[in-house]
Amino acid sequence: MKAAVIVFPASNCDRDLKVALTQAMGREPDMVWHGESELPETDLIAIPGGFSYGDYLRAGAMAANSPIMREVVKRAEGGTPVLAICNGFQIATETGMLPGALLRNAGQKFVCRDVDLLVTSQNERFVGCFEQGEVVRFPVAHHDGNFYADEDKLNELEAEGQVAFRYVTPDGEQTAEANPNGSLNNIAGIYNKAGNVLGLMPHPERLISDELGGTDGKRFFDHLVNSIV
Amino acid sequence: MTEITKELVAEHGLTEEEYADVLKILGRTPNLTELGIFSVMWSEHCSYKSSKKWLKTLPTEAPWVICGPGENAGVIDIGDGQAAIFKMESHNHPSFIEPYQGAATGVGGIMRDVFTMGARPIANMNALRFGRPDHPKTGHLVSGVVAGIAGYGNCMGVPTVGGETNFHASYDGNILVNAMTVGLANTDNIFYSAAAGVGNPVVYVGSKTGRDGIHGATMASAEFDDDSEEKRPTVQVGDPFTEKLLLEACLELMATDAIVAIQDMGAAGLTSSSFEMADKGGVGIELNLDHVPMREEGMTPYEIMLSESQERMLMVLKPGREEEARKIFEKWELDFSVIGKVTDTGRMVLTMNGEVAADLPVAPLADAAPEYDRPWIKTPPPSVLKGEDVPAPNDLGDALLKLMGSSEIASRRWIWEQYDHMVMGDTIQRPGGDAAVVRVHGTQKALAITTDCTPRYCYADPEMGGAQAVAEAWRNITATGGQPLAITDCMNFGNPQRPEIMGQFVGCIDGMRRACTALDFPVISGNVSLYNETNGTGIYPTPAIGGVGLLKDYSKMTTLAFKEDGDVVMLIGDPTGEMGQSLYLREIEGREDGAPPTVDLEKERKHGDYLREMIDKGLVTAAHDISDGGLGVALAEMAIAGNIGAEIVLDTELPSHAALFAEDQASYILTVKPDDVELVRGFALAEDIPLHIIGTIGHTDLKIDGSLTISVSKLKDVHAKWLPDLMSRPGSE
Repeated sequence: MKAAVIVFPASNCDRDLKVALTQAMGREPDMVWHGESELPETDLIAIPGGFSYGDYLRAGAMAANSPIMREVVKRAEGGTPVLAICNGFQIATETGMLPGALLRNAGQKFVCRDVDLLVTSQNERFVGCFEQGEVVRFPVAHHDGNFYADEDKLNELEAEGQVAFRYVTPDGEQTAEANPNGSLNNIAGIYNKAGNVLGLMPHPERLISDELGGTDGKRFFDHLVNSIV
Repeated sequence: MTEITKELVAEHGLTEEEYADVLKILGRTPNLTELGIFSVMWSEHCSYKSSKKWLKTLPTEAPWVICGPGENAGVIDIGDGQAAIFKMESHNHPSFIEPYQGAATGVGGIMRDVFTMGARPIANMNALRFGRPDHPKTGHLVSGVVAGIAGYGNCMGVPTVGGETNFHASYDGNILVNAMTVGLANTDNIFYSAAAGVGNPVVYVGSKTGRDGIHGATMASAEFDDDSEEKRPTVQVGDPFTEKLLLEACLELMATDAIVAIQDMGAAGLTSSSFEMADKGGVGIELNLDHVPMREEGMTPYEIMLSESQERMLMVLKPGREEEARKIFEKWELDFSVIGKVTDTGRMVLTMNGEVAADLPVAPLADAAPEYDRPWIKTPPPSVLKGEDVPAPNDLGDALLKLMGSSEIASRRWIWEQYDHMVMGDTIQRPGGDAAVVRVHGTQKALAITTDCTPRYCYADPEMGGAQAVAEAWRNITATGGQPLAITDCMNFGNPQRPEIMGQFVGCIDGMRRACTALDFPVISGNVSLYNETNGTGIYPTPAIGGVGLLKDYSKMTTLAFKEDGDVVMLIGDPTGEMGQSLYLREIEGREDGAPPTVDLEKERKHGDYLREMIDKGLVTAAHDISDGGLGVALAEMAIAGNIGAEIVLDTELPSHAALFAEDQASYILTVKPDDVELVRGFALAEDIPLHIIGTIGHTDLKIDGSLTISVSKLKDVHAKWLPDLMSRPGSE
C-alpha cells in the first residue's frame, strides 16, 4: 500500500503522521510539498495537523488554495480515501470536501488533552476495527475545533450517518463537559457523503503505543491500512 | 548630525565613567549610531557587567559537556553521536508590559538560540512567577503569558512539556517569564558563532527589520516605575509562522557544509549578533546597511542596528555558497541578503547611502565592556524553626486540604492544557510529574527535563536557596530514573546597585556552585535578569534552574502515580521536622519566617544515587521527591495521580504536623512490590541509606496515622479547582 502525506509551510504533525503510517504500513509514506501540482499514485491521502500558513486569514483557508489541494480534491472525488486530521480537517472544510466549519473553541483557549470519543457511524474502511458505540481515546490539540454547520446541514449529517466521532464521557454519555470546544452535537469528526473522506479534530497518530499513553490510534491505523490493502 | 550631549548619554544608560571609556576607546566623540551601539553592548543585559565576576565561579565542566556558557546555548553529549543543546532565558520586562507578545517572543528567542546551534528543538519548558493571586493584574498577566507561550510554541510544533509557576506579592510589579528549550543535534554537526575567513560573505536571513523593539535590551536593564507601561512600543511582536519556516530552512542549510558561523539576532539585534560573531572570531566585519531587508522606509542606521525585530539570523557562509543557500531560503519564502563580508581589520564598519555610519573597534567594545565588583552584604541567616516552635493545626486533614488547594500546590492543568505538550509524538511523561520526559526520537533513550526554584528559600537564605534549587532539579530528574547531566540557569534579581540585592545574588551563586559541584551537575548556559524592581521594591531572588538528564532506556522510567493495590510505600531520608519557610507556615499560620530546610549535599547525592539504582534494577513502581508541602503533600500528589489511596503510619517522635509538612531535602517517597521489599531494604542497608517503610497502597482514601482520612476524590477536587477558579474571576481574560 502507498500513502501520501501533504506538507504545508508550518504543518507540524507531518512527522507524527509519517511515523504512525510507517508503523502500520511497514513502509514510509510519500511526503508531498504543498507547491507540487501533481500527486504520486497513492492509495491514501493524509492531511496532517499543524498551523499551515500560520493560521493566517483563517485556519486552513490559505492551504485550501494551494496547488496541491486541487489534485487532492480531484482524487477524493475519484474515490481515493482521504484522512484529514486537525488542521487537515480545517483545510478539508475550506476546500468543500467536507461540509461545515471549525470555529474558535468556545472557551477561547487552545486545548490539548486526551478526549473520549464515541464511534458514531459505521464506516468499514476507517473505523471497522471499532464497534459502533464503542468509546475510544485520542488526544485533541487545537484552538479552532468548534464544529459548526447550519441546521439543515447538521440534520443531514446526522440523518445520513456522516457523523464519525462525538466527544463523550468515558461512559459514552454526550455531555457539555465532555465537549472540549463547543462543537454542535459534540461532533469531533465527520465523513463526506461518499464515505471516503474522514475529517476529525482529534489526533489518532498521537496514541500509538503504551509509552505514549494509549493504543487506540494504533488500532485505527492498523485497520485503515489493512482495509485499504 | 545629532549632538552628543550629557543628557543623550544618560538616556542611553551609560554612566559618566562608561562614557569616558567610550571616548578613550574611540579617541573621538561617537556619533549617534555609535553611541546607540555602545549603549546596548554595555547594557547589563548584554554585558553581564554586574554578574560576570560571580558567574565565573560556577562549575561548567564535566566529561559529557561539549560546550559550556558563552555560545547561544550549552551542549552535552548524550551518547551515540547525539547531543542535547539547551538554554533558559528571561523575558520578564516585556512580558509585564505586554504579556502575550512578551512571552511569545521569549519562547521564539530561546528556540532560535537552540536551533542556531544546529539542533531541532524537541521540548519547551518554562518557569513563571506572578504576583499575589488577588492582585488586580495577576489574572490578566497569567492569561496573557500562557496564551503567548502557547501561541508561539504550538505553532512551531515543539511540545511545551512542563514548567513551574509561583505566585507571590514580591512579583506584583515584576513578573518573571523564563523560557527554556531543549534541542537535539548530532555531535559532528554543531554550529558556533565565531566568524572566520577574510572575504567570506555575511548573510542576513529571516524576517525583515522594522522599528520594533528598539532599546529592548536597555529597557531590560532598568527598573520599572509608574510610567513603564508606556514602554510598550519597545516590546517586539512575534511571528511563529516565520520562525517555523526559519527553523526548517536553517536545518536544511545546516545539512550542507556551507555555513562557517551562525548567530541569531536576539537582544540588541544586528548589533549584538555582528559584534559577537566578529569578536569570537577575532576578525572585523563590514556591513552595508542598504542591503538589510527592511519593513519600513526611511530607517536610520541607528534604528537598523538597534531594532529587535524577531525571527532573524546572521550567518557567515563559505565563499561561493551563496546561491545554494539563497535557494533554500527562497523555497521557504524568507528574505536572504548578503549584507557584508568578513575583514581582517578588527573593526566593525557600517555604511549606508555611500557614507560610513559607524566605525568601531570590535574587541575593545565587546571585551572591554565594564565589569563591576559591586558592594554586597550577606543576608543574615535566619534561625531554624522546629516543629515545637510552630503550633499544630486544629485538624491535620483540613491543613492538608488547604495546602493542596493553595496557590503553590494547586494543579497547573489550566496552564498546560493550553500548551500542545504531545506534538512530535515523543512525550512519554506529560506535565504534572516531577520532570517531563521526551524520547530521543527513534532510540531507546529519553531526556528528563525540569525547571525549579523556591524563591522564598532564596530570600530567607540565598546560599541555602541557591543550593536547594539545584538539588531539587537533580532530584526531579532522579525520580524519573534519569541521570542528571547539566543545568541552565536564569538568574532573576532586583537592582544590583543595592548591596543587599547584590548579596542575594552572591549568596545564590555560592549555593548553586556548591550544589553543582557536589552533584556533578554543571552549568552549561544561562542568562541574568537584573533590575526586576518597581518603585524600589525588588522581587524575591529567583535563580531558576533548568535541569536535563538522560534515561538510557525509557522502558525503565518511573512516574509519581501510585500503581497497584498492595504496593509498599517507603521513605528515603530521615524526617527533620524543620518548619522554617514551609508552605505550612505560610498557608496555615500566615507566617513567612525561619530558615529554609537544610540542604545536605552529601545526603542528596547518596539518596538520589540509591533511588536511581533501585529504579534501574526495575524494583520501583512509583517515585516522587519531597518538596513544597512536605511528605503529606507528596503522598497526596501520588494518590491523586494514581487515583488510589494509601494507609500510612509514621513512626516518629516528631509532632505530626512537623512530620507531615516539613519540607525535608534529600528525601523521596517510593513504592515497591511486596515481594521486592526485602531486596530494596537490603541494598539500603548495604549502602547505609535511611529507608523507612511507611505504608501500603490501596482503597480510595489517604489515611495517615489514624488522625487523617481524606478521600482521594476530595483531594483531587481541591487540587484541581484553585487555578480555574482564579482564572474565571472577572477581568482575568
